[in-house]
Amino acid sequence: MATIRGTLAALAGAIILALAPLHEATAQVPDDVLVVGQIAEPASLDPAVATATNDFRILINLYEGLVRYRPGTLEVEPALAESWTISDDGLVYTFTLREGVTFHDGSPLDAAAVTFNFDRMLDPAHPAAATGPFPLSFFFSAVKTVEAVDARTVRFTLNEPFAPFLSNLAYPTGLIVSPTAVTERGKEFGRNPVGTGPFRFKEWQGNRQVTIERNPDYWGEEAKLQAVVFRPITDPNTRAAEMLSGGIDVMVEVPPDALAQFQGFESFAVHEQAGPHLWFLILNTRSGPLADKRVRQAVNLAIDKEAIANELLQGTAVPAKGIIAPAFEWAHDPALLGYPHDPERARALLKEAGADGAELTLLVAEGGSGMLDPVAMGTAIQADLAEVGLNVSIETYEWNTYLATVNPGLEGKGDMAEMAWMTNDPDTLPYLTLRTEALPDKGGFNSGYYSNPEVDRLLEDARRTTDPARRAELYRQAERIIVDDAPWAFVAHWRQNAVTTDAVKGFSLQPSFFLLLAGVSKG
Amino acid sequence: MAAYIAGRLIALVPVLFGLSLIVFTIMALIPGDPATAILGSYATPENVERLNRELGLDRSLPVQYATWLGNVVAGDLGQSTSLNRPVLDEVMERFPATLILAGAALVLASVLGLLAGIVSAVRQYGLADKLVTLAVLVGISMPSFWLGLLLILAFSVRLKVLPVSGMYAIYGGGDAADLLRHLVLPATTLAIVAAGIIARLTRSAMLEVLRQDFIRTARAKGLPERRVVFVHALRAALVTVIPVIGVQAGFVLGGAVYIETVFQWPGIGRMLVDAISTRDILLVQGGVLVVAASYVLLNLVADVLQRLMDPRIGA
Repeated sequence: MATIRGTLAALAGAIILALAPLHEATAQVPDDVLVVGQIAEPASLDPAVATATNDFRILINLYEGLVRYRPGTLEVEPALAESWTISDDGLVYTFTLREGVTFHDGSPLDAAAVTFNFDRMLDPAHPAAATGPFPLSFFFSAVKTVEAVDARTVRFTLNEPFAPFLSNLAYPTGLIVSPTAVTERGKEFGRNPVGTGPFRFKEWQGNRQVTIERNPDYWGEEAKLQAVVFRPITDPNTRAAEMLSGGIDVMVEVPPDALAQFQGFESFAVHEQAGPHLWFLILNTRSGPLADKRVRQAVNLAIDKEAIANELLQGTAVPAKGIIAPAFEWAHDPALLGYPHDPERARALLKEAGADGAELTLLVAEGGSGMLDPVAMGTAIQADLAEVGLNVSIETYEWNTYLATVNPGLEGKGDMAEMAWMTNDPDTLPYLTLRTEALPDKGGFNSGYYSNPEVDRLLEDARRTTDPARRAELYRQAERIIVDDAPWAFVAHWRQNAVTTDAVKGFSLQPSFFLLLAGVSKG
Repeated sequence: MAAYIAGRLIALVPVLFGLSLIVFTIMALIPGDPATAILGSYATPENVERLNRELGLDRSLPVQYATWLGNVVAGDLGQSTSLNRPVLDEVMERFPATLILAGAALVLASVLGLLAGIVSAVRQYGLADKLVTLAVLVGISMPSFWLGLLLILAFSVRLKVLPVSGMYAIYGGGDAADLLRHLVLPATTLAIVAAGIIARLTRSAMLEVLRQDFIRTARAKGLPERRVVFVHALRAALVTVIPVIGVQAGFVLGGAVYIETVFQWPGIGRMLVDAISTRDILLVQGGVLVVAASYVLLNLVADVLQRLMDPRIGA
């Protein structure tokens, strides 16, 4: 038995040895270094290649676009371009670049650098085109030519008027990369990013951390932090545990259950910000009971959106009234009533339509980008609809399979389908999903086959109008018609959240869901 | 022995070939594609088609497979669609982490399992035996990801003596002590189930051996009991136990998928889960091949050890 005892003693010794120096190690993160718990390893730090919000959170601190969203809003303001003009026909955008800006590699930001960026994405014959693919390059598909008029002037000529152009330039896909670095690194640029932002890239340790540090040569106000470390922590429970144990200073995408827990601590600050997101049900307007507008309105009235947002999602979403999220302050219609929870009126409408006791199929995703808690939400909706006499059966799919099922259209598959979108312009969602030209067989996402010529016209007009006030009015008009037609059940807008330790100062979430860290300090 | 090992290694080739064909077919059959996964909300048929073409996924499946196979023979595992980098780079970066975790877990499971099994065999029906049997039952029944979270809660959040997740500290880490600290919880979690199974088997193997004539002879010769148990009996019992440890290597590698997620261990298990959900076929292929090859190799090691230890199996 002495051998057993000996082995056990050695084992215990090893464990004690392992535990002893821990405190020194954790204490070594300096005070001016912020550690952010991200949801995943970034796929790429090349803004033309990246597609995920998770990657954007890093990119937006390394790079800048010609324009950017004014902090706290989704309205554009000057960034690398200090001013611009738009021709009366809305076809020519001329930008004047800020003077004296250099990339982190020392090369100058000039008009040639800007044209390189857009040509790389849009011209398959461009020498750097092989650094793609560029999945979101269609954001700029309206661009016919980009020209360097002189060193500080860039001119974009569009194929047709396209009002979301400025907003798309502020989106991460429009962030400007260093042509020198792209040419040097080729496909490896995505792991060795070079931009003009307040932070510059330091290192990327695969699946462990991405570190960025203060750019001492920044043209604007210098970042307060010396460095930021982004750690991928996929499991939300583990992320919460890291936060509780002091391993990270900032945690994004806090699960609803953990959020309530953090709210109870004084040493943590909870941040919330509703974003340009909509969670809705696509309704099959072509066939079945939902082809009748009254039944679609009844579905909208029957769903208790307050309960879903506040109880089920524990306040991590707000109830939706229409298609334009409140985060689009300039286009949002505060007077819109939407569909309050009114089972009485729903029952009356169903009776009138003769759809009492109708059988409906609801397609539910198991998870997915922006889908919140789709299974629980599907079940809650099923119960709400049963309350007014609609019998709903649920079919659940894995996310990728789900998209492949729903996107080609609901016909023959179901009457309702869950869906969520996050966009940067009020144009995007209705333009891609509710126009007659966006029916699935025409290459769009109108999976519920909604078609209203008046809406089509308003959306086309809005896209051609460069005056924001006029555009906003057109969107409000379209939204009122869409809400009345009820091609969807409008359910919720996601409220993005984050938790920081109380040592973190100057932190705020953006409606764009970006994570701007230049003004943040710690300690 | 050399011929035996060479034969087994050659047999690995058709196994891996068949496996890659099966994985490729399954990945091709499940709905969804990499372009849809990358584009998410923006996956219009037009965009999907364009991106698939740029990713080289518009060719027929046999052509894609043949191209891949040709590249593999030349040492190129292809390009990951979800990570925008060569599959080989990603696999090579991640595989050592899994190897360290699974290796540590396997060693821990073997040590714990053998000790527990020996104790309960020697003290059959005694208190120690009953305690071990109960512990084994609990260990085997516990879902490992749940156990992992409990350990994190206890040792990292409450006691603050061990890190929650990751493989190295963010600053100033990187040495063996740092690695060991990060390894304790995930390796323990991963080892518990395997240890239980090894303990059970060791117990029954030891019980059987301890009843045999040569043990009685050894005892009759007046050898100390310690020597009888740990030299004579254990050596004979190990012949039965070692192949089981080899099989456990497979369970440990499989279990690493959950454990790597819970502890954010930068290994290949988590990579496979992500690769499947993004339909990153080549990354799945690369990961599965490496895991399968190491599983087969570990079993080969176990078989060789067994042959060396058991005079009855001809070399």
